[in-house]
Parts: sequence; structure tokens; C-alpha cells
Amino acid sequence: MLEIRNLHARIAETGTEIIRGLNLTVKSGEVAAIMGPNGSGKSTLSYVLAGREDYEVTEGEILYNGESILDLDPAERAAKGIFLAFQYPMEIPGVATMEFLKVAVNSQRKARGEEPLKVPEFLKRVREACASLSIDMAMLKRPLNVGFSGGEKKRAEILQMKLLEPKLCVLDETDSGLDIDALKIVADGVNALRSPERAIVVITHYQRLLQYIVPDSVHVLYKGQVVKSGDKDLALELEANGYAGVIEEAA
Amino acid sequence: MNMQASQTRTAAETALIDTFTARLPALPGDASVTAKRKEAVAALRARGLPNRKIEAWHYTDLRRLLTAIPAFDARNEAKPVAPLLGGSAVLPILNGKAGRAAAIEGVTVVTAAEKLADGSFAPALQPATDDDAVGAINAALAADGWFLDVAPGAAPADPIELQSVQAGGQAHTRLAAHVGEGAKATVVERHVGTGDALVSSVANIVVGEGAELRWLIVQEQPGGATHLGQFNAWIGRNAKLTVFVMNLGGKLVRQEIRVDAKGEGGEFTLRGVNLLAGSTHCDVTMVLDHSAFGTNSTEVIRNIVTDRAEGAFQGQIRVKQQAQKTDAKMACNTLLLSDEGGFSVKPELEIFADDVACGHGATVAEIDRNSLFYLMARGIDEKTARGLLVKAFLAEVIEELEDEAIVEALEAKLDGWFAEHG
Repeated sequence: MLEIRNLHARIAETGTEIIRGLNLTVKSGEVAAIMGPNGSGKSTLSYVLAGREDYEVTEGEILYNGESILDLDPAERAAKGIFLAFQYPMEIPGVATMEFLKVAVNSQRKARGEEPLKVPEFLKRVREACASLSIDMAMLKRPLNVGFSGGEKKRAEILQMKLLEPKLCVLDETDSGLDIDALKIVADGVNALRSPERAIVVITHYQRLLQYIVPDSVHVLYKGQVVKSGDKDLALELEANGYAGVIEEAA
Repeated sequence: MNMQASQTRTAAETALIDTFTARLPALPGDASVTAKRKEAVAALRARGLPNRKIEAWHYTDLRRLLTAIPAFDARNEAKPVAPLLGGSAVLPILNGKAGRAAAIEGVTVVTAAEKLADGSFAPALQPATDDDAVGAINAALAADGWFLDVAPGAAPADPIELQSVQAGGQAHTRLAAHVGEGAKATVVERHVGTGDALVSSVANIVVGEGAELRWLIVQEQPGGATHLGQFNAWIGRNAKLTVFVMNLGGKLVRQEIRVDAKGEGGEFTLRGVNLLAGSTHCDVTMVLDHSAFGTNSTEVIRNIVTDRAEGAFQGQIRVKQQAQKTDAKMACNTLLLSDEGGFSVKPELEIFADDVACGHGATVAEIDRNSLFYLMARGIDEKTARGLLVKAFLAEVIEELEDEAIVEALEAKLDGWFAEHG
């Protein structure tokens, strides 16, 4: 589903290279964890996948279902089924969350040549998704993410993911700022989306989240490259021994 | 005092003086009103229109910007439009002339023509200062409008719309309201029309003790129109005045808001949204006096600027020595959506009391890229995402009005504007 080949990317404004020859393949139905110390390029990778303009790809390729997505803007990538759950979701005053959800869902449907959802059907889906994530519907009347607690923001991200039904989900440090109860709710939400047609990339600093979202593969990112790949035991090894050993081995 | 007397008279100055000479015999007014009119014209002859060297007009050089004065034409047919808020009692002003008034319970309605004819409006024709060009032009030429007397304790169920409709030409309108003790009312001052009209409109409002008045100025004239507006208000003890200004049209717009919170515990709220497109020049100028103990005010102005439009907000807050415990907060935020447009902000605080809380802030920015990326990452195309963010920026201020019907009507105006200019 996702194939990243020798990817190089830099910050557009400063020219600082962050991703330096990254290779990664994630298959349909796979849950891949990307781990790595601070500054290894984890968040940058998620932004580059989503198409953020602040980063420039200078070399390499990102193939999604065999097609390059480098020339697509973020909205086009989203409509094709790529979803990024943000580490720090933006607060958008003046845009009611419910209105935003409706516009997002119907924008994607329109881009795929589908009819907009009728209001009752849309509301039904929202209600179901909210119930499974313990989200009070009243929260959706508030401006998007404004004044939401850390946990509410992360749950709102997963709510969007459920409603938009993406094919490739990228979760950037979804565990940060969550207490254990919220973490379980979020993890259950993600697990419910596991399916043979969908790939999930979980970016995390700690192994904790991976106890709840058990990955099929684990990849260690360091200085903009995948320096080691393995199965879920690799995450346990990192938890026990830290990153130093793996990094030394790679160097 | 400026030195314009020695300058050559501009075409607009000449046209205004000529209009006065031609119109005077037909204008309503007793001897005291006529004297005020002549004083105003004499001042215009002597000083000319203000230019940017006059501080109050620094960002709106009226002498340069007011280039042509369309001729007054009594035959222009201006047709009334649907009120902004459903169910409103409409008081029309068509081509500058008061039409048929709706009856409103608890409110006595008299035309300004009558109030001018019997001389009772004469004192109000005195311009606020030597530089008060809007007041002077209007005093010289005001022909009609409305006076509302809201009885003490009255609370008309429906909003009142003062609907000025212009089909080109020129009109000079006087509005006045006296809101009695403990009364509550919502008034919409609406300016619509077709063609490149010149409209001046001056409103004088007294908000009595404990009264609550919400006054919405919605200016949506065509792209060639000139609008010179002035809103003067005096807020009584424990009274509340909320003014909402929305500018959606016009080529040259100056809206002045002069408010005196003169009664203890008086509250003033100003909210404004200005949507500037084409080559519009739009200036909102506020002068607010806190003259009594414990008066509060907040002012929030939001602007969006596209194309080659230019805008300005001048906000002056003067806190008198006796106005201790004043709390005043002012903010002006602008979204610049084009490289060719511009917006100037001049906040001024003059504080003579020592126990007050006053603050102001101004920002001029482009659309936030992080917010734009977030919306696009959810599949919302760039144009739609930008539209959502721009609308949200303005809607935030509108939603503070906390009245569903008003919010809905004003947001529909936003949508209409974006459909035309977005």
C-alpha cells in the first residue's frame, strides 16, 4: 500500500535536511510502528506523507497503491484515503466541529465522485462514532479543538478518522498527553479500524501505546533513516535497552 | 485649523456648495435650522474638505478621495427591500425621503423632515468639531429621516429597521432615537441601493437610564457609492449600548462612531466586520468617552481586505478623571488576502483617571498556514478551506451577538459577499 524509496526531505525555509534516504514498505492490512528518539524525523515523516508545504522532497519517491503522491496537495491525498492524526491538532476558532466534519466528509465524497451524505445518515454515523469513543455530542457544537483538553483533541482526531474511513492512517504520537483511560479508548478506536484493506502507521516515542495497538512490524528511525526493522519484539527490546544499542549497531 | 482656504476648490467642494444653493429652498427647516445649515456651508467654503493633514482624516483624505458628487434627483425611484431580520417594523427612507412608517408598539415615530421644520433638530445639526466634515455636509443638506421615541419600559417585540434605499443621486439622512428609561430595543440601520450614490447619514441616540439598545449598521451599497456615516450616542446610568457595524460595499466609506458613556455603570460594546474588495476605501473611526465612574466598554473590529482595497480603523478612548474603575478593551484584527490591499490601525488611549484597566491590540495577518494545512489534510480543497477560515474569522465576532436570528441574517450577508467576491 505504501512504499517509500530513498526519500530525502528538507525544511523548505531553512533547507535543513531531516529525512535522509528513508526506505519503508507497509502492506495492506499491516500495522507498522515507527519508533525513534527525539529529532529522528518521525513527525517530519508524517507531515511529508500528508503533503505539508513546509517540507520539500528533494529525492526519492512515495508510492501509494503504486502511484506517486508527491505532486498531490494535502486535500487530494486525503481524498485518496491518506489520513494523518496530528500530534498537536490545530485549534480553529469560529468553525464549529460538527460543521467541519460535514464539510470534510462531503469534500472527500465529492472528490471521489460520490453524492454528499444526507443529514440524517451523516448524524447517525457521527452519533455511532461518538458513542464508541465516549465523546459527548455537545462537544461538536464547540469550535474545532478550541478549549478541548489534550484527551479530547486526540479523541476528536480518531473520530475524524472513523468518519473519513481512510485507507492509510498515520498516527503521529497519538499517545502523547493521554492518561491511561484515554489511551485505551483511543487504542480501541484504532483497533476497530484494523482491516485487511487498511494500513496503519503508528509513530511513537514510547512502547506504551504498542501494548494496546499491537504492531505487525516495528521500524526504528534515526537521523532520517530506518536503521532497523523487526516485529513487535523489537519494541520490547527498545523499551528494555533504549535506542543506544540499535543506533550503535547501525552506525 | 488648516490652511485649505487658500487652495483651489475641488470639483466635489464646488458641487456640494452648488447643491446646497440649489436645494436650500426645498429643504425643511425653520430659521434656526437654516442658520445651522448656512454655518455648515460657510465652514465648508472657508476650510474645504479635510485632507490627510487633518489628524482625524489622516487615513482618509476626503479632499482627494471624494472626486465626484452625483446630482440630487428627486425623480429617482428607490424601491424598498426585504428587511434584514424577518418580522421587522420597517421605516423606509427612499431616495432620502421618509416613506410610510410601520406602527410600533411603545414607540412614537416622527419624520426628521417634521423635526427639522419645527426647529427641534436645530441643536443636533451642530457639527461635533471643526473637522467634522460628515456632520457639516449632513447638517447643510439633511432632508429627512426618522426620529424614534421609545417609551420608558417599552420593549418592542420586533426589531425596527431604518431602511435607507438609494438609486444613485444623493441623500442626506438624519436619524435620532431616544430610548426611555428601562426600555429595550433592537434597531437596524440599513443602507442599500443601486448606482453610484452619495449618502450621508447622521444618527443621534440617547440611551436612557437602565435601557438596553442594540443598533446594527449594515452598509451594503454598490461598489461605486460613497457613504459618510456618523453615529453619536450618549449612554445613561446603568444603560447598555451594543453597536454592530458591517460594511459590505461602497467605494468610499467613512463610518464614525462617537459615544459618550456618561452615566455611572454604563456599558458600551462595539463589534464590527468590514469586508473590503475592489478599490474600496473604508474607514471606521471611533471616539469613545468614558465620562463616569464604573463604565465598561469592549471594541472588536475584524476586517478582510482583498484586491486593491484600503481600510482604516481609528479607535480613540478617552477616560475622564472622574471615570474611575473604567474597564476598556479594544482590538482590531485584519486578514490581508491580497498583496495589493492595505489596512491602517490607529489606537489611541487618553487616560486621566488613575484606577482603570484599558488595553488595545491590533494584528494584521494572512491566513494561518497551519490551520489551512489542517483543514486540507482532512480533504477540504484549498479554496473551500480558505473560505471557511475567512468566514470563521468574521463569524466569531458576529456570534457574540448571541441572537440566533441576527447571527443567521448577518452570516447570510457574509455568504452573499463571498459568493460575489470570494
